[in-house]
Amino acid sequence: MRKTLGVLAVTAVFIMTYGCVANENKDEILIGELGSLTGTTATFGQSTHHGLELAVEETNNAGGVLGKKITLLVEDDQSKPEEAATAVTKLITRDNVRAIIGEVASSRSLAAAPICQQFQIPMVSPASTNPEVTRKGDYIFRVCYIDPFQGEILAKFMYNSLGLRKAAILKDVKNDYSMGLAQFFHETFTALGGSVVAEQAYSEGDSDFRAQLTALKAAEPEAIFVPGYYIEAALIVKQARELNMTMPMLGGDGWDSSKLLEVGGESLNNTYFSTHYSVDDTSTAVQNFVAKYRSRFQEIPDAMAALGYDAGLILFDAIRRAESVEGPAIRDALAATENFSGVTGKITIDQDRNARKSLVIISVADGALKYRETIQP
Amino acid sequence: MKIHKSVIFLASAIVLSFLATLVEHRLNPYYFQIIIYIGINIVLASSLNLINGFAGQFSLGHAGFMAVGAYTSAVLTTGLFSSVNPLLNIPLFALALLCGGIVAAAFGLLVGIPSLRLKGDYLAITTLGFGEIIRVVVQNLDFLGGARGFTGIPKLSNFFWVFLTAAAVIFTISNLINSTYGKAFTAVRDDEIAAESIGISSTRVKVTAFVTGAFFAGVAGALYAHFVTYINPAQFSFLKSFEIVVMVIIGGMGSILGVIFSAVLLTILPEVLRTMAQYRMVIYSLLLIIIMITRPQGLFARRRFGKHKAILKI
Repeated sequence: MRKTLGVLAVTAVFIMTYGCVANENKDEILIGELGSLTGTTATFGQSTHHGLELAVEETNNAGGVLGKKITLLVEDDQSKPEEAATAVTKLITRDNVRAIIGEVASSRSLAAAPICQQFQIPMVSPASTNPEVTRKGDYIFRVCYIDPFQGEILAKFMYNSLGLRKAAILKDVKNDYSMGLAQFFHETFTALGGSVVAEQAYSEGDSDFRAQLTALKAAEPEAIFVPGYYIEAALIVKQARELNMTMPMLGGDGWDSSKLLEVGGESLNNTYFSTHYSVDDTSTAVQNFVAKYRSRFQEIPDAMAALGYDAGLILFDAIRRAESVEGPAIRDALAATENFSGVTGKITIDQDRNARKSLVIISVADGALKYRETIQP
Repeated sequence: MKIHKSVIFLASAIVLSFLATLVEHRLNPYYFQIIIYIGINIVLASSLNLINGFAGQFSLGHAGFMAVGAYTSAVLTTGLFSSVNPLLNIPLFALALLCGGIVAAAFGLLVGIPSLRLKGDYLAITTLGFGEIIRVVVQNLDFLGGARGFTGIPKLSNFFWVFLTAAAVIFTISNLINSTYGKAFTAVRDDEIAAESIGISSTRVKVTAFVTGAFFAGVAGALYAHFVTYINPAQFSFLKSFEIVVMVIIGGMGSILGVIFSAVLLTILPEVLRTMAQYRMVIYSLLLIIIMITRPQGLFARRRFGKHKAILKI
C-alpha cells in the first residue's frame, strides 16, 4: 500500500508537468532568461529577474517589438554551472527562444555561452564581468563593464583623484571576481607610478581579518583596496578602524548592497566604491526607473536590477533595429549598439562585444552613501 | 555461467553505446545532454555504492575525487594533447580518462590508508574534509585557473565514452561483489569484528573498495569536464557529494540495479519539474522525503544485479 502510494505520487508529478512545451505563436517573440532564482546567489538572480520583468512589461505596454509581444521564459539554474548548461539548452532547443538573457555570474555564463554560440542564439549577460565570457564567441554580449576596466578606473581614481601613492590590497582568494580586480588594480596602479606595498588574502566566509590587517598596517599604506563582497568588506573596514587604521579604503561593485551600511555603519566613513549606477543620480532616466521599480516591487532597485532592465531594453532595441527575430540579424544589430541610453549609463558595444560605459563612484560619509562622480570610459 | 553473462553484458553495452553514438546528432540536444548526465551520474552513484553500500564505509568525499579526475584530464587534453595530430584525439581522450581515474585512485589510496582505520561518523568527516581540501587547493592553483575556473576544454564526451564507462563500472562491481574477494566486502560491512576473526584484513578490503570507487569517480569527473567544457572548484563542493550520496540511499545501499535506477530518476526528476520554476527544488525534496518514508531501505532493497531474490534480509 505504502509502496503504491510512493509510486503514485512520483508518476502523478511526472504526468502533471510533462508535455508543457511553450511554443511561439504568431504575435509573440520568445526570449529566454537564465537566472539563479535559487541557490547561493539567489538575490542576484531575483533582482535581475525583477528588472527584466519591468523592461518586458514596459515594452509590451508600449506596443511590443515589431508589432509582437515579448514573452519571457525563465529558467532557474540553482546557481550551478552544469544546471545553467542544461537550462540554456532546454530554452534554445525545446522552447525555441530567439535570444537569451543571462547569466549574472561569470561561472554560469561561461558554461552557457558555448551552447548559445553553437546554436547561433544571441546571449546578453547583464552582469558577468569576467573578460573570458564574451571571448566564447561572437553571439555573446554583456551590458556591464569588465573587471580590467573597473580595476583600472579604481587605480586611476586612487592615484589621480585621491592623490595617493602607496596602496595595499586585501583580496578574497576564494572569489574569481576579487582575484581579477586585485590583479588589474595592481597592474594599473604600478604602471601609473604608485606602489603596492603589501598584499594579503582572506576567504569568503571569514569573519576575523585582524591578522591580515595588522600585517598591512605594518607596511604603512596610504589606502587599502578591498575587492570583494559587501559582507566581508564591511567587516574588514570595521575591524581596520578598530585597529586605528583611518586611511581611505576602496572597493568594487561587490560592495554595492544595502547590507554594507547595516554591517559597517559609521566606520565606513572615508571609503569609496565603484558601481553601475547610483539611486541618488539625479538624471531623469535613473529617477524614472527607481520610481517605476519601487511602485512595482516595493523595494529600491540594486545594481543587478538596473543591469537586468538594461539588458532587456538593449536586446529589444536590437530586435527592433534588426527588423527580424533571426539569431544572426539580432546579433548584428546588438553588435552595432551605440550610445544606448540605459539606466546604467550610455552603453556602446565595442568590437569585443563588451559594453563601453560609464562607471559611478560612491563615497561613504557620515554613515550614508553619497554619489561622488561618474567616470566616462 | 555468471562470468559468461556479465561478459555478454559488457560486450552488448559496448556495441549499444557505439550505435547510440552514431545517432546522437539526430537527438534533440536537450535530451542528449540529460542522457549524458544520466550516464555520468550512474558512474558516480555506482562507484559510491561500492564504498557506501557494499563495503559499508560512509564516504562524503566523492566530489573531491571527481574534481581530481576532471582537472587531471582537462590539463592533459588542453595542454599536452592539443599539439598532436587531431586523428589521435580519440585514443588520447581515452588515455586522459584513464589518467583522470588513476590520479583520483592515487588520491583515494592516500586518503584511504590513514582514514579507513576510522569508522562511521569519523570516516564521513575525514572524507568530507578531504573533498573540501581538494577544492580549496584547486582554488589557489593559478595554472588550473584558480577560482576563475578552467575554460576551453574540448567537448569530447559522447554516448560511447559515457556509457562505456557506465558499463565498465557496473561490470567491475558486479563481478567484484560475486567473487570470493568481493564477499569479504559484504562480510566487513555486516560485521567487521566477525570478518577480522576469520582472517579478513578489514583495512585492506576497505581501501580496495575506496580506491576502486575513487578511480571511477575520477573517470566520471573527466567525462563531466569534457562535456560541460568549463569547470570551476565550486562545482565540486560537498553539495555535489551529497547529491551522489542521495542517489545511493534512494536507490538502496548495496543494490546495483537500484542505484542505477535512482541515478536515472534523480537526473530526470529536476528536469521534469522545470515548469514549477522556483518551487522545483521544494517539490523535488518533498518527493525524496515521500520516497524515504515509504521505502526507507531505498527503492530497491539489497539485491544483486540479474538476480531477483533478495540475498540479505536485515
